[in-house]
Amino acid sequence: MTAPEDYDLLVNGTEHHVVGAWIGESLLYVLRERLGLPGAKNACEQGECGSCSVMVDDRLVCSCLVLAASAVGTAITTVESLAPDGALSDVQQAFVDAGAVQCGFCTPGLVMAVEDLLARDAAPTELEVREAISGNLCRCTGYGRVIDAVRVAVRRRTGAEVA
Amino acid sequence: MTVLLPDSLDRACAQLADHPEAHVLAGGTDLMVEVNFGHRRPEAVLSLARVPELKGWGRDGDTLVLGAGVTYTELCDPAIAELAPALAQAARTVGSPQIRNAGTIGGNLGTGSPAGDTLPVLAALDATVELVSVTGRRTLPLAEYCIGPKRTARDATEIIASVSVPVARGPQEYLKVGPRNAMVISVAGLAAVADIEGRRVAVGLGSVGPVPLRAPEAEAWVVDRIDWSAGRLVDPADATEFGSLVAAAARPIDDHRATADYRRHCVSVLARRALTRMFAA
Repeated sequence: MTAPEDYDLLVNGTEHHVVGAWIGESLLYVLRERLGLPGAKNACEQGECGSCSVMVDDRLVCSCLVLAASAVGTAITTVESLAPDGALSDVQQAFVDAGAVQCGFCTPGLVMAVEDLLARDAAPTELEVREAISGNLCRCTGYGRVIDAVRVAVRRRTGAEVA
Repeated sequence: MTVLLPDSLDRACAQLADHPEAHVLAGGTDLMVEVNFGHRRPEAVLSLARVPELKGWGRDGDTLVLGAGVTYTELCDPAIAELAPALAQAARTVGSPQIRNAGTIGGNLGTGSPAGDTLPVLAALDATVELVSVTGRRTLPLAEYCIGPKRTARDATEIIASVSVPVARGPQEYLKVGPRNAMVISVAGLAAVADIEGRRVAVGLGSVGPVPLRAPEAEAWVVDRIDWSAGRLVDPADATEFGSLVAAAARPIDDHRATADYRRHCVSVLARRALTRMFAA
């Protein structure tokens, strides 16, 4: 098939109709500018910074590198899904409690990366944490508080310590 | 711009035959950067996202067949890593988790960058690339597939279906130099693979030539420096000479990432280190 000019995207369990978009737009652009979901942040547009991280069919990806029209038929999950009623997820709360949020621009992407890590491995080592967030740039925290936040989240979820 | 979304390999070939101008899209980690920055405005894009035939992998006797859509994350899976350790090591050095979840081995081949991290491994393994189109299938050795920087022997109507490598027959290493441990394009990359029974070592070099290079003189020289039954170097100091010989096979250039001299130095260090790790147990 050829993707029509208008297409549907399944985002956070809801079908969204994308109308009048240029067919070459990235998923990040469509989420932010057409669907009113600004949680994924736009910084580098080349997959370097991770601030636009979302899940596509349970895979953590940079939404800036996904051609939106090619994501028809996938299940997309954004940071907005973590706190649908305004109550923070445990990972988000751990970021707040550990002081891992400063300017906050990188936070949605980092939270998505940490959620993905903990879904795959409930008790990661510090090296695994560092590898899991290696695609997310933060220019405020120096990452120490981010790693602290993961320690807090792991401790609250499992009672285990990040080794 | 038109986006083509075929749901089978046959349909993908048919659509590409009708639209030979289409840019074939795999994981998007190269193409979308160019689109986002306005450096490329393809008239048509053929996305392979829904072509199921490209996503699998399997073992056929002593051969590992990897569908072009296998991602770097999947290459790191222990089931594949056991059969092709250097390929898994190379995949793990690519980008970040986000990039490894999207990028594919077929995309690495399709872009054909001299810095593509899987390419030196595929060169060392004498991999073969399977190309399909409406007119049929052909397989090319990697050395015939890569013809220049970002230039390959793939015809505009062909889709990369799979790449085949021998199952590991001995220790393997992939090492690379870059400014940090993630999100870096290789300044220099080196794959070394050993075939214990066949008594040979093969070396593949990345980012130090227009295409992935081999180091035939070093490969021939090292055969007699290894105690094959013990799996050890006869004299561990020989790894240094091996490094020099491998570096002599590099054809690096100066560019914004590094000088040619530094790249050659990197290759000598990586070759010494790889050989030591493989045979100094």
